[in-house]
Amino acid sequence: MATEAAQEAAAGAAGHGGGEAVGMPQLDFSTWANQIFWLVVTLVVIYLVLTRVALPRIGAVLAERNGTITNDLAAAEELKKKAVAAEKSYQEALTNARAEAAKIVAAAKADIQKDLDAAITRADAEIAAKAAESEKSISEIRAGAVQSVTEVAQDTAREIVAALGGKADVRAVTAAVSARLKG
Amino acid sequence: MAAEAESALQIHPMDQFVVHPMFGATEIHWYTITNVTVWMGLAILGIIALMVLGTRRRAIIPSRTQSIAELAYGFVYKMIEDVTGHDGVKYFPYIMTLFLFIVFSNFLGLIPMSFATTSHIAVTAILALLVFCTVTILGFVKNGPGFLGLFWVSAAPLALRPVLAVIEVISYFVRPLSHSIRLVGNIMAGHAVIKVFAGFAAVALISPLSILAITAMYGMEVLVSFIQAYVFTILTCVYLRDALHPHH
Repeated sequence: MATEAAQEAAAGAAGHGGGEAVGMPQLDFSTWANQIFWLVVTLVVIYLVLTRVALPRIGAVLAERNGTITNDLAAAEELKKKAVAAEKSYQEALTNARAEAAKIVAAAKADIQKDLDAAITRADAEIAAKAAESEKSISEIRAGAVQSVTEVAQDTAREIVAALGGKADVRAVTAAVSARLKG
Repeated sequence: MAAEAESALQIHPMDQFVVHPMFGATEIHWYTITNVTVWMGLAILGIIALMVLGTRRRAIIPSRTQSIAELAYGFVYKMIEDVTGHDGVKYFPYIMTLFLFIVFSNFLGLIPMSFATTSHIAVTAILALLVFCTVTILGFVKNGPGFLGLFWVSAAPLALRPVLAVIEVISYFVRPLSHSIRLVGNIMAGHAVIKVFAGFAAVALISPLSILAITAMYGMEVLVSFIQAYVFTILTCVYLRDALHPHH
């Protein structure tokens, strides 16, 4: 029929170049052997490609990545530990340095104290010596002064006696003055 | 009149599923290169491009393609580990093959004028039967007759157990059927519906609506393409778990 022919022609033009389907092409058992054969070939090829190349490769890459991540984490942990240790040793060094400094300061203080004590002792001794010397010279001066006063008094007394017109007996005057001075 | 209108509308939703020989061949023998061959070959190339070329630099910090390949790897690997347990991991390449084949076939089938290999029951039936046979053989190899314990629900009251056993056996043998029909039905229906809307687009009055519908359907088909691959894979994992640990 004309319509059928037109339909067929249109289908040939618009379709997949495979002609028109009669019922369900899925149930056309004449093509099954062909489909099954090529399916089996395809599955075998895919299986071989996957088992020989793709899956081992991807598995290795994933394992390697996991390993890298684990290693990096471990390295980071290690570095962190090192940093903590470094900080600890730094703190320790700081504490030690402080203790050392305190020790040095104490030693210096003790030294200074010792020097100071020695200097003070020496100064004291000197002061004592000087004081003794001064004492001596003061007593000398005092003695000298007493002597002078005695002499001056005797002289003065003699002069006064002479001025009063008496003949002064030197020995008597001296004795009198001495007695007076002692009294 | 209805036939006239239909012929004017040019709605041939099933034409896209026709298997036809390519490169001048006329007969379809089992070895003939057909559109099935071409689109399966493209799926292989896509998988090689993603999984092999995409990862060729083996970078610690992955490129975008490598990220996607690793994502697919991790997605399936984790699925097996979660569903099947750790002893299921050695079947990972097998399940990965199924997953990648279905995902790539589904998405390649979404290219306009392409051919969706997973829309054919022959393909999905073989995939489902492969899983069914593998799992059944594996169950008997690993557990011996103890694999039959899968059908003997020891948690149920003794009187109910034979009844449950019959139900369990039936459901076990229905598995490959539902497993394959689910995938083929979703892909085929979506593609056919898009084609129907495309046919209606020829009528000026409804074409805006029709194009909108195609767009919406296409978006849904993108979702379905992934979800069906996911469902197929996770059911494979569930069946595998039953084979490895048949006791409830």
